[in-house]
Amino acid sequence: MRGYKSRKWKNRIASLLALGCVLVALVPLVSILIEVVSRGGPAIDWTFLTERTKSSGATDSGIGNAILGSLLLVMWASLIGLPFGILTGVYVSEYGDNWFGRTVRFFSDILANFPSVVIGLFAYSLIVTVIGFSMISGAFALAIIMIPIVANTTEDALRMVPNSLREASLALGVPRWRTVLKVIISNGRSGLVTGALLAIARVAGETAPLILTSFGNNFWETGLTEPVAALPLVIFRNAMSPYADLQEQAWGAALVLITMVLFLNIVVRLLTRKRMKRFKAVKKTWKERLSPSV
Amino acid sequence: MMRLTTKQGSRRGKASLEDKLFKYSVMSVAALVLAMLWSLVVKLVFDAQTSIETFGIDFITSTVWDPNRDLYTALPFIFGTLMTSAVAIAIGVPISIGIAIYLSELAPAWIREPLSFMIELLAAVPSVIYGLWAIYILRPILTGSVEPFLMNVLGWTPFFEGAAFGIDKLAAGIILAVMIIPTVASVSKESMMAVPDSQREAALSLGATRYESTRMAVLSYSRSGIFGAVILGLGRAVGETMAVTMTIGNANIISWSLLDPGQTMASVIANNWGEADGLMLSSLIEIGVVLFVVALLINVCARLMVGRVMKAVPMTGGGL
Repeated sequence: MRGYKSRKWKNRIASLLALGCVLVALVPLVSILIEVVSRGGPAIDWTFLTERTKSSGATDSGIGNAILGSLLLVMWASLIGLPFGILTGVYVSEYGDNWFGRTVRFFSDILANFPSVVIGLFAYSLIVTVIGFSMISGAFALAIIMIPIVANTTEDALRMVPNSLREASLALGVPRWRTVLKVIISNGRSGLVTGALLAIARVAGETAPLILTSFGNNFWETGLTEPVAALPLVIFRNAMSPYADLQEQAWGAALVLITMVLFLNIVVRLLTRKRMKRFKAVKKTWKERLSPSV
Repeated sequence: MMRLTTKQGSRRGKASLEDKLFKYSVMSVAALVLAMLWSLVVKLVFDAQTSIETFGIDFITSTVWDPNRDLYTALPFIFGTLMTSAVAIAIGVPISIGIAIYLSELAPAWIREPLSFMIELLAAVPSVIYGLWAIYILRPILTGSVEPFLMNVLGWTPFFEGAAFGIDKLAAGIILAVMIIPTVASVSKESMMAVPDSQREAALSLGATRYESTRMAVLSYSRSGIFGAVILGLGRAVGETMAVTMTIGNANIISWSLLDPGQTMASVIANNWGEADGLMLSSLIEIGVVLFVVALLINVCARLMVGRVMKAVPMTGGGL
């Protein structure tokens, strides 16, 4: 055995290194937040938020159309993606204890970590080749990205609903489908909301699929079959441009986008914590009331 | 009463009509999701047909990308993807494992959750904002000090030749490293926390220090989970598009030097999109198919290795 002193020092150094890793990883996060606020902040005023994007040199240029476009894209994507995701999650959690359920879950996990640019390509070859660059093709791509996220979080949320509730409902003679709809889903509701918000936060920042599908637009366009502006696209194009005023707009748009995304993430975090606490409480009382011997 | 019992009995034996209807309609939605994944493959391969027929196997072994001669092959981009992913893994994985060890073994309980949350927030930042940050904040740091230093110390290797330009494979690799940290760290942490306390206690009771118990009991026990986490991180690095597109410099060449610009499979698609048509478009889609296959293999490996720990993947990541 080596001396205790050297082992103790080794221990100390290793602990410090591990802590150092945490700090190193937080540097980019903190730096991004500081830079986005300090560089994007001055760009933001009423004109910036309400005017449409214009070419370099215009004094009344803004990102209003991109904000509207992003909201519409996310709305359409949610309308397509949320029902599919939630129902898939319901199937896997409530009926999925067989080979088919496991297959769905397997591919859902894989799709959740899939390169979004490939999904953008798919939406392109399916929709854009037919009707051209359009909002609906972008929304379709974002919806496909949302589905596995929503399905996985739904499944998790429903699995956390205590079995005793299922049993109680079935024991009262409620058919299974009504049990799923009325008891299980309504008990896992906050989990479903969390999953939906998470998916929205994720697709709000998606850029690559939009380059291939909804393309971007300098005008106020809201039609489903027309190219549409989006915040991430404005950030991308302006960041790569040589003009200082456009670059400043990129930072302003980044501040708007990151505020939205972080806000959603923090809401999700708070909801999740509340939910965990609640279910812990439920578990405890059921245990205490029904099976004190366990 | 009689009828009620028979009805109840039938439910026990086989589900009622409504039950079946509900079950199968939910199931068909799930089936539709699988069918969509399948049609994704078929449709992309179909659209890549022209390119597949024109270039055949040369597509992944030849190095030409020349719109003037209408010749498109993918090796430079496969190479670029490998190089940048390797840099990301080399930088990101040690840091991630350090984070996982700190969060699962060393951190005081009260700081564990807030710190985990902050690490996961790294995954919430949209990819395009990483790109923006890399262009305006990271680049001056690279050109000012990091790259001249690397050229001085390691300039004799083929990896650090050239000029300190700051828009190159090194920049892309560094930004990828930051982006894979939340994934690798969270999944590693999860698999370390799954190690039974008895393992740690056994090591500690034999007189091991924290460091020794972590190395001997925790790391060896969770090795396969950590390996799976690294594979998952690799999957993210390979498919990441925007941040790479904005930092890699977009040169369709093969160069061993990290200080030279390059191109990855994902970035060549994003970069050439607006102006591509005909054979070039088909080639870009074939690159997408190659990327699809690579990502599928990586993700299946990771899924088989870490199983349900995959739930720990922070799914908030923006703009893969």
